[in-house]
Amino acid sequence: MTTTTTVTFDRRPDEYRHWRLHVDGEVAWLELDVDEQGGLVPGYELKLNSYDLGVDIELYDATQRLRFEHPEVRVVVVTSAKDKVFCAGANIRMLAASEHHWKVNFCKFTNETRNGMEDATAHSGQTYVAAVNGTCAGGGYEIALACEKILLIDDNSSTVALPEVPLLGVLPGTGGLTRVVDKRRVRKDLADVFATRPDGVKGKTAVDWRLVDELVPRQGFREAVEKRAREIARESDRTGEGGIELTPLEHRYVDIEVGKDQVTITVKGPENDPGDLHEEGANGWFLAMTRELDDAILRLRTNEVEAGTWILKTQGDPEKVLAHEQAVFGAKDWLGNEITHYFKRTLKRLDVTSRTLIALIEPGSCFAGSLLELALAADRQYLLDGPPIDDEDSEERATIRLSEANFGPFPMGNGLTRLQTRFYGDEDHLAWLAREKDHELSAAEAVELGLVTDAPDDLDWEDEIRIALEGRASLSPDALTGMEANHRFVGPETIETKIFGRLAAWQNWIFTRPNAAGPEGALRRYGTGQKAVFDRKRV
Amino acid sequence: MPEKIDYDAKIPNNVNLSEDRRLQRALEGWQPKFMHWWGEMGPTLETQGVYLRTAVSVGREGWAHFDHVNVPDYRWGIFLAERDPDRRIAFGEHQGEPVWQQVPGEYRADLQRLIVIQGDTEPASVEQQKLLGLTAPSLYDLRNLFQVNVEEGRHLWAMVYLLHAYFGREGRDEAEGLLLRNSGSPDAPRILGAFNEETADWLAFYMFTYFTDRDGKYQLGTLKESSFDPLSRTCEFMLKEEAHHMMVGTTGVDRVVIRSAELIREHDTLDIGPHGGIPLDLIQRYINFHYTVSLDLFGSETSTNAANYYTAGLKGRWQETRRRDDHKLTGDARTLERPGGDGTWTTEEMQAILLLNLDLRTEYVADCQTGVKRWNKILSDAGIDHTFRLPHPGFNREVGINSGHHVTPDGTIVDERTWEAGKPKWLPTTEDLTFVRSLMHPVYERGKIASWVAPPRQGINGKPFDYEYVYLT
Repeated sequence: MTTTTTVTFDRRPDEYRHWRLHVDGEVAWLELDVDEQGGLVPGYELKLNSYDLGVDIELYDATQRLRFEHPEVRVVVVTSAKDKVFCAGANIRMLAASEHHWKVNFCKFTNETRNGMEDATAHSGQTYVAAVNGTCAGGGYEIALACEKILLIDDNSSTVALPEVPLLGVLPGTGGLTRVVDKRRVRKDLADVFATRPDGVKGKTAVDWRLVDELVPRQGFREAVEKRAREIARESDRTGEGGIELTPLEHRYVDIEVGKDQVTITVKGPENDPGDLHEEGANGWFLAMTRELDDAILRLRTNEVEAGTWILKTQGDPEKVLAHEQAVFGAKDWLGNEITHYFKRTLKRLDVTSRTLIALIEPGSCFAGSLLELALAADRQYLLDGPPIDDEDSEERATIRLSEANFGPFPMGNGLTRLQTRFYGDEDHLAWLAREKDHELSAAEAVELGLVTDAPDDLDWEDEIRIALEGRASLSPDALTGMEANHRFVGPETIETKIFGRLAAWQNWIFTRPNAAGPEGALRRYGTGQKAVFDRKRV
Repeated sequence: MPEKIDYDAKIPNNVNLSEDRRLQRALEGWQPKFMHWWGEMGPTLETQGVYLRTAVSVGREGWAHFDHVNVPDYRWGIFLAERDPDRRIAFGEHQGEPVWQQVPGEYRADLQRLIVIQGDTEPASVEQQKLLGLTAPSLYDLRNLFQVNVEEGRHLWAMVYLLHAYFGREGRDEAEGLLLRNSGSPDAPRILGAFNEETADWLAFYMFTYFTDRDGKYQLGTLKESSFDPLSRTCEFMLKEEAHHMMVGTTGVDRVVIRSAELIREHDTLDIGPHGGIPLDLIQRYINFHYTVSLDLFGSETSTNAANYYTAGLKGRWQETRRRDDHKLTGDARTLERPGGDGTWTTEEMQAILLLNLDLRTEYVADCQTGVKRWNKILSDAGIDHTFRLPHPGFNREVGINSGHHVTPDGTIVDERTWEAGKPKWLPTTEDLTFVRSLMHPVYERGKIASWVAPPRQGINGKPFDYEYVYLT
């Protein structure tokens, strides 16, 4: 999409255009009712409950609010408010008209939202149930796949389908292929049949192939779903009350400075000691900082596509950071749990961001514990070994600190901590690091422990950093994207890494191939009544 | 391919079923399910024999054989029109190639879908008309009802044959699904909306056979153009049978209008309800309803599915071979009238290939218009100053660009309140339906007819009106 629209990610349920959120005790209903005329940018209609980035931003907002504002909710039913159609998936005209980076970023964000739904089920006892009450195709089925249970209306005509390959010449881009075989354990030959059928699979066959879990009669569908939801709710261990309101974002703790080739993100530590987590609510530093950082990542990814390098800085008192971190970990209740998982997901967003990430650790910074994860997420870390550049008489020196935050609570998509990823397979080193937590690490120690890439002194610092950044900016952005993504995810594959790595890589390739995106390609020909022309050579 | 139908087979056919054991077994497996469905969902009235037309060969002569038949013993079978060995694809990207005798793998899913949707409509109307036998206005009409019903059943067989013969196990599953969905069923309704509406009275039946079966004629007409030859030949033969249903509708409405005109003149008032007739404005409301519900069956005015089917050669245009263009339509444009939020109509130019549903609907509208002319001629011949009209295509629509807009029968876009206020003038009200139902008393005596409808000008197969078309118990 060629657009000058600046995309924002702030939404409020009472202003949703495409979703209806209704909370009824421990069951919440999330109903898709897409406003056809409500596309994020002009040029397409969102027919058949198809979605674009705007629809998904609302879904993301809803999933976040359910976790923070509704601790009482144990089951979220995702369904459609329209008759006979659940969701037709991503809007094809939007995809066909979009520039490559827009498509990819859209897929990435939708993937993160789907993963977030699964995360809610796995870690917050908030189980998502898809009540598929009509035709469910492509991304529509991928929404269902992100749910723990899929209930399909048994009206002898509604189907689930992944028709991207036969109809569009692309792949289901939001984890469909991966989840079918990995999560739902559909046999691979049947998955092959399924994903090559434009018309999908219905009824008993869908159950037999494990594409859905249960059939529900059309008559009394809603009541039956409700009953099932209440049953599932009883199995949940989520307990909580007194949700906190996610108030409109204020940018207090995350500063963004956008340049032509690079962006500087500065995360500021807390000014005060932690208070009561629940009383502070969305104002508490940890949650506020996480929300702002999350929003910053999303807006920069979508709106600043040429700023290829992000410089990550922090500013503040490491002791206070660790005190707030302790308040969250020590809370041992639903809110502490939610904040922990939210920060985890935000770090994961950083991990999969296709920008060069460089952490600059300078005097006055607070790369301690949770915030040190930002540096560990970066592709390189530079620590200034000397006084602040603008005050050479100062005694202040940059340090970093490891805490329990670096050893478990914030795993990456590959299931490993960032330290385990950095020192993959080196158990001795990891054991050494574990002994070094909870105290300040100087530049020399940080180098020795392998926690930073380099530690130039104050004489070299500016030149070293300038040369590193300029060198970076001269390289092919595509090559960098590929290289960074490979280096960041060592070790085992998970559903997440497959979706973001393997699947996304194939999709990226297919999106640029003439068979899909050329003037006679399937994506461009879709909806014209003309058939795609394929180059039949297999590559 | 024998033109003669093998009537000795368990399933009468002209497709050499006896030589295809697998297919024969499959269809013989489906047959009892069909009979069960007919028993459950078919006509409620028991008869001892109905004067029915049965095809004995598909050629020009003798496809219409008349005799009294015990309805459940009717020999439903599989009849395809004769094959033209030189037939070539007439449109789309395969234009000029020989037609297909087998389903190309590439189009299997699309063809199956087209056949399932067509097949789903055939038994639906039988279900919708289930109770009408209890209130038939004459033996002649009762006979026509049965004729329509058995042929809809036969058309179901036609689609089921294709599913069984060409679509493997999935085709058999779909064929079974055709019997599992039922009109108006809250659990498994028919696929298209119009086939879940009630046909509660005989005026509705005439309107249905005029307007809704006419949609069927046009849909079959486009499938007759299909490059998949067995589908084409099946539909060609179905069209012959369908013509009779249309006759029932056309003459049925004729006869209601004739009777109403008689009563108007006799009592010198348009208010003929108290005299046992159906008032003209009520007939207009029925027209408005059945016409617009049938327009919905053409689908959305702009359709990429229809365009894809066309390019692939699966479904053509009405009388494709008589059209003088390139039969590809990739460069042609057509205009589309679109209702706007501001109450005005705008015209938009679009690629012709995306407007194929509109193209077919336009043919249909022109055809419907001929009936309206007939009925108006009856009125003017009787010296009655009243005309029927087809409402604007934007009126009362649930499908396509007009759905969600409030359009009056004359094409004015109005707000919701004006629409709701006008509705009782435009569409049958509960009172209308109750009134029409109150007239629906069965008349089963030979030569007699109900008060609200005139006898036909001609009987069936040269028989007089007072012929005993149906033997009742």
